[in-house]
Amino acid sequence: MDGFLLLAFLFLIAGVIAVPIASRLGLGSVLGYLLAGIAISPILGWLHVDVVSIQHFAEFGVVMMLFLVGLELEPRMLWEMRSRLLGLGGLQVVITVIFIMGIAMALGQPWSIALAIGLVFSLSSTAIVLQTLNEKGLMKCDGGQSSFSVLLFQDIAVIPMLAFIPLLALPELQDLAASAHVADDDGHASLSLVDRVTGWQRALLTIGAIAFVVVVGSYLTRPIFRFIAMAQLRELFTAFALLMVIAIALLMVVVGLSPALGTFLAGVVLANSEYRHELESDVDPFKGLLLGVFFITVGAAIRFDLLIADWPVIIGMTLGLIVLKAVVLYALARVFRIGGSDRWLFTLGLAQAGEFGFVLLSFTVASAVIPVAIADQLLLVVALSMLLTPVLFIVFDKLIAPRFVEAQEQQADDIDEIGDVIVAGHGRFGGIINRILLSAGVKTVVLDYRSEQLDVLRAFGIKVFFGDAMRPDLLHAAGIDEAKILVVAIDDKEHATELVRYVTKHYPEVYIVARAIDRHHVYELYNAGARDIIRETFDSSLRAGRSALEALGFHAYDAERQIRGFVLNDREQMFALASSYDPDVPAHENEEYVRRTKEYLDRYTEAMKGNAAAFGSRLDRGWVPPTLDDVDAVVAKDSEARD
Amino acid sequence: MANVASQLRGITYVDLYSDYPRFDIDVDVEQQRLLDHDVVLLQFPMFWYSTPSILKEWQDLVLEHGFAYGGGGDKLVGKCMQLAITAAGPDEAYSAGGYQHWPIRDFLRPLEQTARLCSMRFATPYVLYGSLKAPSDGRLESHVEGYRGLLKAIRDDRYDWDAADGSEVVEYDSMPVSGGDA
Repeated sequence: MDGFLLLAFLFLIAGVIAVPIASRLGLGSVLGYLLAGIAISPILGWLHVDVVSIQHFAEFGVVMMLFLVGLELEPRMLWEMRSRLLGLGGLQVVITVIFIMGIAMALGQPWSIALAIGLVFSLSSTAIVLQTLNEKGLMKCDGGQSSFSVLLFQDIAVIPMLAFIPLLALPELQDLAASAHVADDDGHASLSLVDRVTGWQRALLTIGAIAFVVVVGSYLTRPIFRFIAMAQLRELFTAFALLMVIAIALLMVVVGLSPALGTFLAGVVLANSEYRHELESDVDPFKGLLLGVFFITVGAAIRFDLLIADWPVIIGMTLGLIVLKAVVLYALARVFRIGGSDRWLFTLGLAQAGEFGFVLLSFTVASAVIPVAIADQLLLVVALSMLLTPVLFIVFDKLIAPRFVEAQEQQADDIDEIGDVIVAGHGRFGGIINRILLSAGVKTVVLDYRSEQLDVLRAFGIKVFFGDAMRPDLLHAAGIDEAKILVVAIDDKEHATELVRYVTKHYPEVYIVARAIDRHHVYELYNAGARDIIRETFDSSLRAGRSALEALGFHAYDAERQIRGFVLNDREQMFALASSYDPDVPAHENEEYVRRTKEYLDRYTEAMKGNAAAFGSRLDRGWVPPTLDDVDAVVAKDSEARD
Repeated sequence: MANVASQLRGITYVDLYSDYPRFDIDVDVEQQRLLDHDVVLLQFPMFWYSTPSILKEWQDLVLEHGFAYGGGGDKLVGKCMQLAITAAGPDEAYSAGGYQHWPIRDFLRPLEQTARLCSMRFATPYVLYGSLKAPSDGRLESHVEGYRGLLKAIRDDRYDWDAADGSEVVEYDSMPVSGGDA
């Protein structure tokens, strides 16, 4: 326990200190974590901490990340990506492998080792690249999407690579590997079913597992979520989200598939579900922390003694690798018509080796493909190239992106013409707003936290997401950063006010339309920063009042004008009172508020006595015919002009 | 035309349908606008030989007794009212022999007399005939550019009101504008 606490303390404090500094310097969080890892590596060595096993544990962060990536990706989008996925991703891997293999053979390595090295180096770092693209908001652009296609292909390609590598085994290394293999068996094979079954059974199991994930994701999540919602405990959702990711990962390990692939698939299946944003905000912090730990272990595992001993070779290999990968990527980007700054983003972003390289390397050693001495050097190259990735992104940010900024800004204008609207609360009030917006062709994101409500809406084909709009992370997931308008239509008075206060403070550029329950709520919302405030029953009361007037025999237009006059005066008074209202001072102790209220009350009394002029409505004015005197004056003037 | 008018400095552009989508015209605001300016230019397409309805509502409410006319109604004396209109029919239709039967000025008499009763000058209207065909034959562009020139000339006191009085209407190729880059 003490050891665990000490370790957690070390990792956390290194991250908490290094990451803000790195972010402040514009280096990005990934480099911050890597540096934190380098900083604590002497302490870890002194404490005899098994960094590699922590790294295996932290690799789960990559699994979670792919789950989140899947959530963002609807099956339809995935299908649309197929040509890039296979073409761009496939060619990148194949061409890079061929080049690296050729170079390694030219340097005197046997072909089997050369091929293994090619496979290890062809992969890029999903963790670093996706994290960085997300942080910089580049995920949606062409370069980001292409990078993602390639990364996804690589992640899938790892699976056949793992199957293929043992076939390259060198006889002279096998004795050595035998001992390592025993250790490996303890860790992994214990769970695996597939070692003991034949080929077709294995295929059946694999298909079965994938079908299971798809079916459960499509049909069972909703009832389960509803069941959990009954408890009304927020942490249960987090627990369930984690349980789901872990269960899927476990299932995939059992049937011998990559857990990352399985959870990605589950994410895709759930991308259309209304619980998407809830799942996203539940899993996201864990993903971030685990990835952080992962990067720290990468930093800590860098063997500087090897680097110092052999630095010209290692640095040369690292730079050579980055240049070679970049050249291949640039050429592919040209062929696939990725233009402008996107091409450079794609080229520089994917030029490193990745975390799956570590996995493959340890596997190659265990399978007696690559001698340990070479593997250690390669490990260093992979780690160094990852360490250099943030630098490449800085090059992109500072040198390349500015040159393309103008062209991009013009493009963005067109796309943003109708920004997203977030409707918080989809009840009697928010529902109508959402329908109006949808019928006008506006894209909306609806948040509501009542499961029963969601089921009803789903039946009508309305796109709603489960979640409490009060949670900043959920607002973020729903896209508050890019939204133009937030409609606050949640029932709870205090929550609505709090939400308005939060959003006006943190997202001042978002326009807020707020629903007020009553007069005092208007004042509170006004004070919280809302300026477009609609009382929920005001307009219907007006219509009821007008109906009453009409039924009394008022002419319909007179009734209408009466109501309009009432609205104008009421609004004037409302804003006057709202600006003198102070939520921290009880209304009866607020002198100005009391004075103004009295003033308006006096006018009310006057009006009620039938003195309509007390309100001085501008709508009482209308066309007035000229008087006889006026006519005389006009006639006189006219005859004067004729003379 | 609305874009041109709204972009020029030194000119107040009012979109009545945008300010009063529910037709509840704020009389005080509109009267103050009239007081603040020397020339009021009503820009509209001809609807049934008259103004669109909101502009009629505007006249009914804003040109109030005691403000624009009648006892004490001298607030607009000496100001100038001009119209900028687009008519669907071609100019030859607006004549005794044409299918519109009367010259266009005859249809504008109510506005002309309104201006007279308010002791305002009713300036010769700026007109685009055959507006349906104008986008395809290039006249629309010329009319819009002419409108920009007209507004600038009025703003900079380069528009010759008297010279314009000689004609029934002014068009983009017949504007009495002096100097400047019209």
